Amino acid sequence: MARLIRTEKEVEGRFEEVFLVVEEDPLEQWPAGPRAVVGRPATRSDALARARGEALYTGDVRLPGMLHTAVLRSPHARARVRSVDLSAALAAPGVRAAIGPGDCKGLSDECHYEGAAVAAVCADTFRQARAALALVEVEWEVLPPRLDADEAVAAGELLDSRTKERGDLDRGLAEADVVVEATYRTHVVVHNSMETHQSVCRWAGDVLEVYISTQYVWGVRDEIAESLGLDPDRVHVICDFMGGGFGSKNSADDHTYIGAELARRTGRPVRCALTRREENVAAGNRNATIQRLVAGARADGTLTALGGEYVNAVGWSGWTAMTEGPMQTLYACPNVRTVTKGARLNLPPMRAFRAPGYTEGTFGLECLLDELAGKLGLDPLELRRRNHADVGPDAGRGFSSKELLECYRRAEPHWERRHEVRARSTDTLKRGVGLASQIWFGGGGPPSYAWIRVGSNGHAAVVTGGQDVGTGTKAALAQIAAEELGLPLEHVTIALGESARGVYATLSAGSSTVPSMGPAVRAAAADARRQILELAAQRYGGEAGSLRLEHGEIVLPGGERKPLEEIVGLLGNGQILGTGARGPNPAGMNVLTFGVQVAEVAVDVETGEVTIERVAAIHDVGRVINPLGASSQIEGGIIQAIGHTLSEQRLDDPRTGQVLTRTLDAYKLPTAADVPEIVGELVDVPDPHLTSLGSKGIGEPPIVPLAAAVANAIRDATGADVRSLPITREEMLNALAGARRKELVAT
Amino acid sequence: MPELRINGGLYSVDVPVGVSLADVLRDEIGFTGTKIACHEGHCGACTVLVDGTPVLSCITLAHRLEGREVTTIEGLREHPMVESFVRADALQCGFCTPGQIVSAVALVERSAEPSSEEIRHRMAGNLCRCGTYPKIEEAIRAWRD
Repeated sequence: MARLIRTEKEVEGRFEEVFLVVEEDPLEQWPAGPRAVVGRPATRSDALARARGEALYTGDVRLPGMLHTAVLRSPHARARVRSVDLSAALAAPGVRAAIGPGDCKGLSDECHYEGAAVAAVCADTFRQARAALALVEVEWEVLPPRLDADEAVAAGELLDSRTKERGDLDRGLAEADVVVEATYRTHVVVHNSMETHQSVCRWAGDVLEVYISTQYVWGVRDEIAESLGLDPDRVHVICDFMGGGFGSKNSADDHTYIGAELARRTGRPVRCALTRREENVAAGNRNATIQRLVAGARADGTLTALGGEYVNAVGWSGWTAMTEGPMQTLYACPNVRTVTKGARLNLPPMRAFRAPGYTEGTFGLECLLDELAGKLGLDPLELRRRNHADVGPDAGRGFSSKELLECYRRAEPHWERRHEVRARSTDTLKRGVGLASQIWFGGGGPPSYAWIRVGSNGHAAVVTGGQDVGTGTKAALAQIAAEELGLPLEHVTIALGESARGVYATLSAGSSTVPSMGPAVRAAAADARRQILELAAQRYGGEAGSLRLEHGEIVLPGGERKPLEEIVGLLGNGQILGTGARGPNPAGMNVLTFGVQVAEVAVDVETGEVTIERVAAIHDVGRVINPLGASSQIEGGIIQAIGHTLSEQRLDDPRTGQVLTRTLDAYKLPTAADVPEIVGELVDVPDPHLTSLGSKGIGEPPIVPLAAAVANAIRDATGADVRSLPITREEMLNALAGARRKELVAT
Repeated sequence: MPELRINGGLYSVDVPVGVSLADVLRDEIGFTGTKIACHEGHCGACTVLVDGTPVLSCITLAHRLEGREVTTIEGLREHPMVESFVRADALQCGFCTPGQIVSAVALVERSAEPSSEEIRHRMAGNLCRCGTYPKIEEAIRAWRD
């Protein structure tokens, strides 16, 4: 039964207090460990369609009469459009419509960053649209951009400013035997999903159909409906297959509004897709940060003080991610003070990128902890153990579950390798080992819904309105349904990706898909199972409660087994329909994920080249539904983290604010040749307080700690303090020179 | 008007000089299994075989392929490499996967049991943002199982 509660809702580290209508989730959790289907490796049910090139992505949608769009974007970081002349473009071959500032949401004559959309042209082919776009005449008033985050803070150009404090930082520092202070910097990285942002819009009467590459079918529906003043049920959002998002595809975005308006004007379907070069400028990024940090501890390693002044270089819009989150929550420290400021700059807006804020903040905090360990002469793993937070930092709110100490225990054999690894150093190639802890969200929350239908063949179809962004959502949900229904996995199919033909499902972000949608699917399956057993009880006699469904068979009280088909076969065209909803999160508890990573590196002290040779990743995300898919998420997160740590960087011209790295040869993504040995391990203990599954998300945790673990390994190998990302050869050589200077002063 | 031999079939396509093979495959013929992710030869998503050699179809001019044999993912659907990718979970979002499989097929045609070094070297031109590289290596090693 639905009821109203007041609760905290978290998405990507942002909290709000809301009223929520939730449904109870009365199911008992399954006992820990692998079960018939759940907890066992499963390949993706849609893998064959993807591998054979038969899966239709948004870019493969070809509707009759479809037009193609080219978008004119500001080449200037800050400019005002004095005038736009579309007439020459409108007269060009194949052009069907052209629009300019004010014609739809997303097109503006005030450009606050390079890449801001100004005008758009649609034509029979993309080549024609692009050619016509060159004929659009714009008169620009170019204005001086603000590009420096510290300057923006000094000038009060802020999107947000917040202070979080417990205890007394100054007192904590006075009580410390050892104090370390350092400034860390992280850089801008771009999601660069293989499929760029794109959509196809088509009007059908008073219905707008939107085929879109998105992480949030329902969010896009509501956003478009609100912006265009439509009934949400007259916006049909469709995303069958999706080519990656990593946080950048949670919204409708300018290309969709442009497409919808051009489709309205032309009466034809309109495709609007970003080019790779547009993607590198205008499709979101992980913002740069400056972190001025201090830590104090007693001689035994007990933390007495943690302080941080954080500046997020947010760009023109977006939000100020929780860079201070790890400092606030990772350790038991009585005196913590953080000040976080989001600087508004004339740079492309940030968007959520796989654990936004925490990935950046963990780099600073976990490097600082190792610098502290060095000064104290303490083992870095032991220092972390001694400061383990048994209760939440905020007024003692407990953790719904926390296996961080178990992660540390399992990290020991990997950490022990450091002696042997160091011993393999040569005169020019220095080897070392470093570690860093991970904390992040990942508990998901209500609402999310699922339907299940079971037909007369005894097979089940799960129907929901979510999306599989490539994380293997379909496989995990099918496993949950199969487990609850006692069916073989291959008898369960999943239909999702359409708002008009499914029920609400949460966004695929914040490591929340499985923890949010999974319990809804289990509840729907339980509803269907109950109905099947009631029919079986009527057919075979006895109480429904004394029957079980197992391996596709009805098990009677005496142990006799009847094939499921014998009962459901009686349905004919009838169907068993089950419905399920995600229940509430445990009240007054922190629902978080934890982990530790141990990195082994080799540093060429002559060239500054850093090679990551091995990464061990141990994470606690509650119950693991699909160990195969989870291992892919761990590897993928670590590989993305390797790019973040060593090679990826959006470079902006410091005078003009124009993006210099627009292509995939300038912006250096990791390749197959850059991958180290990766050992992933999951603690796999269900969270006893979280839903009927006890599962949290694994999408983001693996990207969080790697950069710090690598920097700490570099210090172990060379004595050099790397405090700035990415660790290019230049950065590494500078850090080595700094270490030599420090050594000279010391002697 | 070039006549192209693709996956064993002959196709006459009427496109202006300068159009890429990738655009012809996707827009003229409807072989959308070949994906375009950068359209400038940097990522490998559009990889096809021309006379057995992997090429980037997005920077290959369609008019230069008269008399050559083009093989796309549509022509490799029954190749055991496809099943091997599925078994190894060697794909996540799957957008780069057809290109990965085409490159992997070319690799094992050349060297049926490639070493880890060979795989990492030969596959380095196919980017995967989801980071499935370890599983791709596993799939290539096990392609005949």
